Amino acid sequence: MLHLAKKGLIAGLLAASMTTVAYAKTELTMYYPVSVGGPLTKVVDSMIDEFEQKNPDIDVTAIYAGNYNDARIKALAALQSGQPAQLSVMFSIDVHELMGLDAIIPFDDVVSTEEDKKWLNSFYPALMENGKVGGKTYGVPFQRSTIVMYYNKDLFKKAGLDPEKAPQTWDELVSMGKKLTKDGQWGAMIPSTGYPYWMFGALTKQNGEVLMNQAGNETYFDKEGVVEALDYWKSLGSQHKIMPQGTIEWGTLRQNFLEQKTAIMWHSTGNLTAVKKNATFDFGVAMLPKKKEFGSPTGGGNFYLFKKSSAEERKASLKLVKFMTSPEQAAKWSISTGYMGVSPASYQTPELKQYVADFPPAAVARDQLDYATAEFSTHQSGRVRKLLDDAIQSVLTGQQTAKEALGAAQKQASSILKRYKK
Amino acid sequence: MKKYNFVHAGLLLLPTMLLLAAFTHMPTLKTVWRSFFSIRTNVTGEFTPSNYQFLFEDDVLWQVLSNSFWYMTITVPASIIIALTMAIWVNARLSGRSLLRLAYFTPTVLPMISVANIWLFFYSPEIGLFNSVMGWFGHDGYNWLGDPQTALGSIMLMTVWKEAGFFMIFYLAALQGIRPDLYQAARLEGAGNLTVLWRITLPLLMPTTLFVLVNAVLNAFKMVDHLFILTKGGPNNASNLLLYYIYENAFSFFDTAYAAALTVLLLIILVFLAFIQFGVLERRIHYR
Repeated sequence: MLHLAKKGLIAGLLAASMTTVAYAKTELTMYYPVSVGGPLTKVVDSMIDEFEQKNPDIDVTAIYAGNYNDARIKALAALQSGQPAQLSVMFSIDVHELMGLDAIIPFDDVVSTEEDKKWLNSFYPALMENGKVGGKTYGVPFQRSTIVMYYNKDLFKKAGLDPEKAPQTWDELVSMGKKLTKDGQWGAMIPSTGYPYWMFGALTKQNGEVLMNQAGNETYFDKEGVVEALDYWKSLGSQHKIMPQGTIEWGTLRQNFLEQKTAIMWHSTGNLTAVKKNATFDFGVAMLPKKKEFGSPTGGGNFYLFKKSSAEERKASLKLVKFMTSPEQAAKWSISTGYMGVSPASYQTPELKQYVADFPPAAVARDQLDYATAEFSTHQSGRVRKLLDDAIQSVLTGQQTAKEALGAAQKQASSILKRYKK
Repeated sequence: MKKYNFVHAGLLLLPTMLLLAAFTHMPTLKTVWRSFFSIRTNVTGEFTPSNYQFLFEDDVLWQVLSNSFWYMTITVPASIIIALTMAIWVNARLSGRSLLRLAYFTPTVLPMISVANIWLFFYSPEIGLFNSVMGWFGHDGYNWLGDPQTALGSIMLMTVWKEAGFFMIFYLAALQGIRPDLYQAARLEGAGNLTVLWRITLPLLMPTTLFVLVNAVLNAFKMVDHLFILTKGGPNNASNLLLYYIYENAFSFFDTAYAAALTVLLLIILVFLAFIQFGVLERRIHYR
């Protein structure tokens, strides 16, 4: 009897080992961008390691590919040259462009079980706006942000302002900004290189306008409220003198804030952890001020699935995306970067709950989601976005008035987008 | 015998020919071919000159061309003159000159991207080096990269800094190749320093100058790395250069067809410049 059991055991073991040998690993290649400072690549690597430990049958190569632009270029170049890439984190606003190139598939094609479908509906709706086109979900939120207002409480105190009260309206931003501006120190800085359209999306939303329609084939640059918003941005430098004139560099702004050259900065919430680690002063984070309403565009990167992949790989990719966006991982990601937890459930995890309780600024981006709008995204996104960026910069540098610049940009954008209208 | 020579020569040339054909001529022809199709939409895949028509309607392109023109016209002579001056200076017998040579050559050794990242902070209005220095003299400083008046100039300054050291090496080598008896003879005749420079040094450096000139002009069109870091062509295209604009069209806008047309334009410009350099200038140069 014992002998037989032994034999059975050995046979079983053999069979088991045979299947593991026969069962080839699914290999995934994923590109991802990092657009804010800090050692974010290490965080991604550790998440991937954890995933591989839990799923020994899947092998993931995660490739850091520069900023959002670089990541898209590298991923698409890899696909075109025949190198494998099954999924990537790319700019949430690339969706129209990627669809136009026939590079991605909707998650709806890959999810099958009820549980999967529930997962797909578990994210903050505001974060899904950029990823959904024609009722299908092409992008699943991962490193998502809104713009928040960082302010230097020490400088607020020195200027005789209440450090617990950040400016809540456009007028307050100006009046407080004037108190905060003195020799060698500015009241506020809103960056205008890199992603000027993004900051502008916030200002227009605060003035009750949006820049484009959901289908991405219409822009509203020359609407009165939009022009007003740009006039206001310009006036901070030219009229109220609380912000430097000309454009303000995205890349060096955080350093300006850390060296107390500006009392207030508008920046991605993805900078939060880096500011927290490096600030030698007491700082606060607040929602952006309002004119008619509060508002900020969402921003950041989504997961996309590439079309050029086998059914097996798609299944494994889905597994990976589900893992990376699970409440526990989202919480870990949010704590180590400042990007927001992508689902309400992530804020219910003990880790993030505790973190938010200890460090309330971490919740500002999430609270602002109630007022958030989609990030600017159209067909031929790159070209149309540049029209808007150029218009904004030409106004901030005093080459054109807001009405002229936005009017011209609108005309050109309309002629580009004409053929995407049915 | 003649036939044998021909085959022999052909065989010797073959490897180079193959490499040139595969990596230079074929891609060039393909670019020209592609520039006549509208690929981006996948709808109008027909032969069309529309990309070239758009060249004339594209306002940004005209600004970019004018930027590139000024960029070349200023950085090329500036870096050549500075390179020559530095070369004559470090060629003289003075103590610590190898250290000095090294110092001048350092910018060339550094990778462009890291250099640009450092200069980004130099130019930064609030925390930057330049404005701090100007602050000592009571000047408010400038928003170097954020003002269309100064953005292109700032890019040029960095280019000259980067290029001059590189060209200095060529001049230095050429200076050491000039026979000292020429100078001794000139001294015997009682020629002054200026005459020596004008009559001996400069003419004998002309072949080097042509070489440096060709390289400088090519570099003026080839260097874009720093734009990615410093201005991204902004503000409002004030510092956008032709090659960066091609990159934007190809990879930011995914408009490879228009990018191909722009590349053809760049090619025409470079061929034209090469013609001037080799066709006209070379005849006036004295080779030993």
